[in-house]
Amino acid sequence: MAFESAAEFFAMGGHGFYVWLAYGVSLFSLVLLLLAPSFRRRALLKEIQQQQRIEQTRQNGGAQ
Amino acid sequence: MGSPMWAVLKNFWHKLGSPKWFYQMSSRWLPWLSAITLGLLVWGLVWGLAYAPMDAKQGNSYRIIFLHVPASFLAMVGYYVMAIAGIVGLVWRMKMAMWVLRAAAPLGAVLTFISLFSGAIWGKPTWGTWWVWDARITSMLILLFLYLGVMALQNAFENEDSGNRASAVLTIVGMINIPIIYKSVEWWNTLHQGATIKFTEAPSMHMDMFKPLLLMIVTFYLLYALVLIMNLRCEILRHERRSQWVRELALNGKLL
Repeated sequence: MAFESAAEFFAMGGHGFYVWLAYGVSLFSLVLLLLAPSFRRRALLKEIQQQQRIEQTRQNGGAQ
Repeated sequence: MGSPMWAVLKNFWHKLGSPKWFYQMSSRWLPWLSAITLGLLVWGLVWGLAYAPMDAKQGNSYRIIFLHVPASFLAMVGYYVMAIAGIVGLVWRMKMAMWVLRAAAPLGAVLTFISLFSGAIWGKPTWGTWWVWDARITSMLILLFLYLGVMALQNAFENEDSGNRASAVLTIVGMINIPIIYKSVEWWNTLHQGATIKFTEAPSMHMDMFKPLLLMIVTFYLLYALVLIMNLRCEILRHERRSQWVRELALNGKLL
């Protein structure tokens, strides 16, 4: 460990503001990069499912 | 030409061009790749933030390097990925290559943003300023605009194929910026420090700092691959929605 205590760790020898701001914003951007395709894939699959249901209803309607 | 090695490579290349094969194989790779990447990321962050020794000159602000250098590195590697995809897409008309270009552009843009942002924050305690129009920083800003331009071009045309081709051409023309970024710290002696890692020389930093940095670079490579594959899977679903295998996939209700 390069630090004696938790308080020292967060203070980063007076550079805490810079270190944590840089890490915070960078890691937040990385999390967004990982979440965006997960949500997009889910939305796409739901859309495809919905389209299938519409087509099925149409087909059933045509048969009656 | 008739060697088995060549046949295996050729077979793999053809399979890579198949959206269905890629989607199904990547479903198996993704859980492993995500677990390894997240594990290494936590390890690298703890090592860099808490265990690496303090820098004698810069104090603790130097710890920003563990995000700044890997992000900058992959922002440039990502541009090569885009350029290669663009060339393959233009020359061989491989549709998967154009989708790789689409998957890579926002990823590269975010990595370039992280590089610029973390660099600006690091600059304040180190140089006393957030921003200078230094050659390295300016050429990185141009890289960000190139990524954003590629993204804009992809969606600027009624016909998606035209957008893909136009953005591929822009990507290839923009390649000229990459050697400028690399060489900027040598050609213009300005505020930005020289390269920490060179392929021809020993690293200019202590091994206790260099090892976690190397770990973070490896982690960012994996992270890049992970997000690229995830984005590419979305492109595949979007373009292949009418094909039988995607319809079956959606019908089975597998959302994971």
